[in-house]
Amino acid sequence: MAISTDEVRHVARLARLALSDGELATLGGQLGQILDYVKQLDRLDTAGVLPTSHAVETGTPFREDVAVPFPDREALLANAPDREGDAFRVPRVIED
Amino acid sequence: MSTIPVHEWTLREAADRIRSGGVSSRELTEAILGRIAAINPKINAWVTVIPEKAMAQAAVFDEMQARGESAGPLHGVPVGLKDIFCTKGIKTTCGSRILHNFVPPYDAAVTERVLCAGAVLLGKQNMDEFAMGSSTETSFFGNTLNPWDPSRIPGGSSGGTAAAVASAMCFAAMGTDTGGSIRQPASLCGVVGLKPTYGRVSRYGMIAFASSLDQGGPVTRTVADAALMLGIVAGHDRRDSTSLDLPVPDYDAALGRDVKGLRVGLPKEYFEGEGLDPQVRAAVDRALAALVAAGAEAVEVSLPHTEYALSTYYLIAPAEASSNLARYDGVRYGHRAEGTSGLIEMMSKTRAEGFGPEVKRRIMIGTYALSAGYYEAFYGKAQKVRTLIRRDFDAAFQKADVLLTPTAPTPAFRIGEKTDDPLTMYLSDIYTIPCNLAGIPGISVPCGMSSEGLPIGAQLLANHFREETLLTAAGAIERAIPLPRVAPFKG
Amino acid sequence: MDFEAVIGLEVHAQLSTESKIFCACSSKFGATPNANACPVCTGMPGVLPVLNRRVVEFAIRAAVATGCTVQRRSVFARKNYFYPDLPKAYQISQYELPIALGGHLDIEAGGVSKRVGITRIHMEEDAGKLIHGGSSAGSQGSLADLNRCSVPLIEIVSEPDMRTAEEASDYLRRLRDILVYLEVCDGNMEEGSFRCDANVSVRPRGQEKLGTRAELKNMNSFRNVEKAIEHEIRRQVELIEDGGTVVQETRLWDADRNETRSMRGKEEAHDYRYFPDPDLLPLVIADAWIDELRQTIPELPVPKSARFTERYGLTIYDASLLASVRALADFFEGAVAAFGKNPKTTANECIQWKDAILANAVSVETIGQVVEDRETGLISATAGKTLIEQSIATGKAVRVLREELGLTQMSDTGELEAVVAAVIAANPKEVEIYKGGKEGLLSFFVGQVMKETKGKANPKIVSEVCRKLLG
Ligand SMILES: [Mg+2]
Ligand SMILES: [Zn+2]
Repeated sequence: MAISTDEVRHVARLARLALSDGELATLGGQLGQILDYVKQLDRLDTAGVLPTSHAVETGTPFREDVAVPFPDREALLANAPDREGDAFRVPRVIED
Repeated sequence: MSTIPVHEWTLREAADRIRSGGVSSRELTEAILGRIAAINPKINAWVTVIPEKAMAQAAVFDEMQARGESAGPLHGVPVGLKDIFCTKGIKTTCGSRILHNFVPPYDAAVTERVLCAGAVLLGKQNMDEFAMGSSTETSFFGNTLNPWDPSRIPGGSSGGTAAAVASAMCFAAMGTDTGGSIRQPASLCGVVGLKPTYGRVSRYGMIAFASSLDQGGPVTRTVADAALMLGIVAGHDRRDSTSLDLPVPDYDAALGRDVKGLRVGLPKEYFEGEGLDPQVRAAVDRALAALVAAGAEAVEVSLPHTEYALSTYYLIAPAEASSNLARYDGVRYGHRAEGTSGLIEMMSKTRAEGFGPEVKRRIMIGTYALSAGYYEAFYGKAQKVRTLIRRDFDAAFQKADVLLTPTAPTPAFRIGEKTDDPLTMYLSDIYTIPCNLAGIPGISVPCGMSSEGLPIGAQLLANHFREETLLTAAGAIERAIPLPRVAPFKG
Repeated sequence: MDFEAVIGLEVHAQLSTESKIFCACSSKFGATPNANACPVCTGMPGVLPVLNRRVVEFAIRAAVATGCTVQRRSVFARKNYFYPDLPKAYQISQYELPIALGGHLDIEAGGVSKRVGITRIHMEEDAGKLIHGGSSAGSQGSLADLNRCSVPLIEIVSEPDMRTAEEASDYLRRLRDILVYLEVCDGNMEEGSFRCDANVSVRPRGQEKLGTRAELKNMNSFRNVEKAIEHEIRRQVELIEDGGTVVQETRLWDADRNETRSMRGKEEAHDYRYFPDPDLLPLVIADAWIDELRQTIPELPVPKSARFTERYGLTIYDASLLASVRALADFFEGAVAAFGKNPKTTANECIQWKDAILANAVSVETIGQVVEDRETGLISATAGKTLIEQSIATGKAVRVLREELGLTQMSDTGELEAVVAAVIAANPKEVEIYKGGKEGLLSFFVGQVMKETKGKANPKIVSEVCRKLLG
């Protein structure tokens, strides 16, 4: 299954990965190879088979609606590559 | 006193000796830190070692001991954690550049439980980047070497963990297993690795690769040590919605149980493949013989969808990963690319620089498999096949109490041998992957050595919640096949 | 050509819980940046979501109240996209299997009743806030405040059943009234706890096939929703009449310029890659829980208003006005039960003092006693108004104020007869004219009595007494 460079580029964009042309080519090839391999699943008739999201499926548990503040705001911000006061700073959105 | 060196003690021996006053936590910790200083530069099993913190903690435990207090079953014993478990105030990298400087403000549930049991944390162990790999060659911090033969890989992704335990750089450690990442390196390093039932061990604070498959578990040098560690880390955690709200059995009690009458299933599909090394096959046969000699009964079972497990896994795991790893965007923590203009470029360059090739490959597969127009054909299909694979196991466990298989098709391969071909690399997890898809527990226990002196492991699989059966059967194999517990690595 | 508009609404209602949907942070509005944040809602590595029970409870209540069928099994899904206000780079929402399906809401616009279908209700988490350019001098960029991340929302999606802006705004008002009634949402549009997006298309009347729709966003008041939809309908009709075609796009309402603007070019092609969230198991809801919650649903505005007209004889207008706000309706009924012999007067007072009542500035006693005293003739309508005003200002009880301010009317017939007799005696000429048939002069006598009593006499009783004594 050949994946076009445009398609690889589109997927890279969706995944927010700035790939070089070399990476796009290599990954495109490998992606095609892996997709070819997994296409073997088409041999299986899965009509009427329910999907499994979890092997052990029970109902999701709840927590009670009680507010418990996280005690250390500074620790949440301490890893920030850039911040201003108590907010995370990011570059402006530039349309392209 | 023991004639074997301190670092070669089992976890239980170490804990017992501290408890009885034969050795102090500081003495033990110092000895192991010395071992790490001597060996780790050649093995690269650790990303971070915290000698000062470890010694300070050991001193606290010694003071407690002097007051007649015990912190728990691991009181004062030095252990390690795969660098995927968040540790409050201690760098947690997940083997990635994108988290090379990340210091979590919280502990993982596993971290908490190990520390609450009285363990001294030595540091964080190397791993494939985001646990994606089978050789620990994808780590941003360099590959880990197999202590039995440094020209070979230790397996992965918990390669640092298995290598550290095998080379006696800790008494036990916790790894994670998404498609075999505990069992395969345990097999390749000659140690015991146990992947519990999905949900048995809390995933809170364990950095996610594929959420529906990830599970933490112990890597130890004996089955009894694995039981001890499992008893400590297992149990319900309200912070993890997929955590099982079930009582934790007494795993120690399972150790002494008889295997008489135990039905050992041999899934025929696991022995048919051309990739199975004859030496591995022979070693697994010896493990079977040992079980049968002890009174177990061998039965043939079939897991007909085995050949589809790899494809299923390589759609589901990357799909979940592509979403789980989207949070690494350079906004709140971790690496951020310099000199970018605009938000989209900042995020895209950050991620391109921060992730290695294997991670990018899987993000690309996963993003593709979930994207509009392809979901049903790929991800949706894989989820349905996952149901078929799960049903195979349900049927097999009607006939057998435990399944016996090879853990990995071959002993440890050479460094660089499979790095060029992702699909070949993926095939080294062929026997371990179905277990994760079905959510059942599995263990790898040493069962032989290759002619080249490389360890070989046998894998045992049991039905959901049946870790006890695994411990019973693995214990019988361990008793019947005596093998060296520590790699003879001299450096 | 005659065009008809087709309108569907997507409402995001913030649920009035104490804590967020998947973590224990407070969901209150107005904290300093990142004060209501924790490792879970800031998407730190390895942390996991756990569902808030009350969020489900509120969603079920909203579903039951809008006639939806609550699904026994629903699934949380991840909606994947990158933005700095979305820390995990996915929003946990519900997609293929939402909590509720197939309800309706009855509206009435332009005097016509109609039923609007509700397609679905699902639960999801809110995103954070990005402050553009709001930072200090010299700094470039935007600031991310994640307090609002993971605040619980329900999204209520209507069928495209509305045809006019008026219908849309009526639907919206009624939906808000219900959610506020249920106490699941505070309904505040300005603060964003009740938000609405509108899908608008037009088609030639009689045509079945739907036209291409535009999605309108950024309307933060009922007025704006109505204006934006009207404007968009007009824009699309004019576009088609001019030979153009409508493109599917998102348009932002600009309230200052009174126009919608295309977001085209700023929005990239979305591919949200929804899939079931592996960190959460399916939400399984037992019938017993739904039944239990059904018991807690209060009487809703429409049936309540019908009951008010029937039981208290109120006009439809007054009844629906009172019934639209639960606190007001409860106040009204409380006042009637405790004091009112005249529900209509009580209703009028409640409507007149609505704002004060909802601000808790007026008690049931205040309104009730004023109505009662007016009934018994102790005070005049004017005095009643003064008393309520004074009671709000001073906090004193109305009956204390009535005495203090001397606003009690003379209603004692015997006492008044003496005054009337004196007035008759003093005005023989007018008596003669009155008796001659000019009955309009009655008001003259009443006026004289009021003057004598310095306005304290009860005018109704005075005129009765005058009529009697004048023969
Ligand atoms: Mg929504
Ligand atoms: Zn939070």
